[in-house]
Amino acid sequence: MRMDVDVLVIGGGPVGCTVARFAALGGTHTLIVEKRSEIGSPVRCGEGIAPDIFDEIGITKDSRWVRNTVDGARFISPAGHMWVIEGEAVSEEVGLVIDRDKFDKVMALHALDEGAKLMLRTHIEELIVDGGKVTGARGKYMGQDIEIAAKVVIAADGYESVLAGQVGIDTRLESKDVETCLQYTLGGVVNQDRYCDFYFGNSVVPGGYIWIFPKSASEVNVGLGLLLSKVEKKGAVKEYLDGFIKDHPVLSKGSAISMVAGGVSVSMPIKTTVADGFIVVGDAARMVDPLSGGGLANGMLAAKIAGEVAAKAVKSGNVSAETLAEYDTSWRKRLEEKMYRNYLTKELLLKQSDETVDKVIETLGNTKMENVGTFEIIQAIAEKHPDVVKEIEKFFI
Amino acid sequence: MKVDMELCLRCGACVGTCNDTAIRLYESGIVFHMDICVRCGSCMLVCPVGAISEEVGV
Ligand SMILES: Cc1cc2nc3c(=O)[nH]c(=O)nc-3n(C[C@H](O)[C@H](O)[C@H](O)COP(=O)(O)OP(=O)(O)OC[C@H]3O[C@@H](n4cnc5c(N)ncnc54)[C@H](O)[C@@H]3O)c2cc1C
Ligand code: SF4
Ligand code: SF4
Repeated sequence: MRMDVDVLVIGGGPVGCTVARFAALGGTHTLIVEKRSEIGSPVRCGEGIAPDIFDEIGITKDSRWVRNTVDGARFISPAGHMWVIEGEAVSEEVGLVIDRDKFDKVMALHALDEGAKLMLRTHIEELIVDGGKVTGARGKYMGQDIEIAAKVVIAADGYESVLAGQVGIDTRLESKDVETCLQYTLGGVVNQDRYCDFYFGNSVVPGGYIWIFPKSASEVNVGLGLLLSKVEKKGAVKEYLDGFIKDHPVLSKGSAISMVAGGVSVSMPIKTTVADGFIVVGDAARMVDPLSGGGLANGMLAAKIAGEVAAKAVKSGNVSAETLAEYDTSWRKRLEEKMYRNYLTKELLLKQSDETVDKVIETLGNTKMENVGTFEIIQAIAEKHPDVVKEIEKFFI
Repeated sequence: MKVDMELCLRCGACVGTCNDTAIRLYESGIVFHMDICVRCGSCMLVCPVGAISEEVGV
């Protein structure tokens, strides 16, 4: 089978569907191809998202996928000290708990509403490259060979991306920049409060954290990310998570209604995200926030830019890397500084002993802060533990 | 390398971690291109449920 489109989006995740929505809005003939047989399934997510990006990417909160709003976040140290952030201060990182499978489906519907088309069970195996320029992609549709010609090809194929490398874009990761994750949705747990909990410390999860997100009064999403460079034996992630749940007074009473695994990059931004006729975006372009491991917000913000720039390029008849570079420059302007800062913070946190994490969380828990920002946090720690702050300041000043 | 499909959750973590792009995830299962694989072992460690093991003698 052969097809011909203006914009081909590979991957029907939230990022791919957002790219397609904006490319179609820009008046191009846009096709999304997805290898799975159902959008949003199986889920790959902790299901936490900050609503402050919705305006920017043109979506509104929707009862089809919003499950719960949270009152705050709690950070828990190895010795059990707790730092609580409430109200306005939290919307930066986690504000809503969503049903991710429904969210993904609604993002696809939005794209289709703008005129984009979608093909399931279409697995792209390679890009078609002609003299260094990407002119389409080939693979299998329902097991049959398919070849799709496109003016711009956009890889939104997620963490498992293997396509960008075919045009020399380096998306390889070091093991210290990979989190391996496992998550359960647990039912049958009594969980009245609406806080997102984060557990830290090398003795709890080496180089990562455990999250508990409330989905309803009797249902939570609990998961764990472990830094690959700290994994010493296979299957360690499941062992840590099962052990944590078994020892937890509330969670141990529940049972899983779903089980989700996945890889997440926690790296610096990659060097380039465009080539002639080609864009890479979202998890495929390693855009995940290196501190929180959240990839929805960054990916979807970049997706909007990618869709708009691709449509403009198609209309102008010039899809060279130089033209598409407007996308590269714009997403960096929007996201890169925070990614660098959070990468350095991640590296710094990794070096801290459990004793230091205990000290810091205890201090923050006992400090009243008007706004929770980097400056306020450092100030609060400095008053009690100047030695810890000296180390932190090296990174920020 | 080989995968125990009874354990595998089809999450793609192994695929994205293999820096030599030797792994592909299909609806039907996982394929290792052993001609490309450098036996670094990353896929075994990254698999959250420990589904990948080294196939001895291949
Ligand atoms: C356990 C876990 C918890 C997480 N928790 C959170 C969280 O709480 N908040 C948050 O913001 N982020 C979280 N993330 C990250 C978040 O899930 C990702 O950032 C997000 O899914 C990225 O979207 P995407 O569209 O780029 O990629 P994906 O959602 O991975 O979509 C890529 C799509 O491309 C398809 N595809 C891949 N290759 C091909 C191919 N060759 N041909 C055709 N189709 C292909 C895949 O089937 C998939 O549907 C979590 C990740 C994991 C693993
Ligand atoms: S052992 Fe290394 S090279 Fe071989 S498939 Fe696994 S990750 Fe790839
Ligand atoms: S990492 Fe493990 S569970 Fe995930 S696709 Fe690979 S073999 Fe399957």
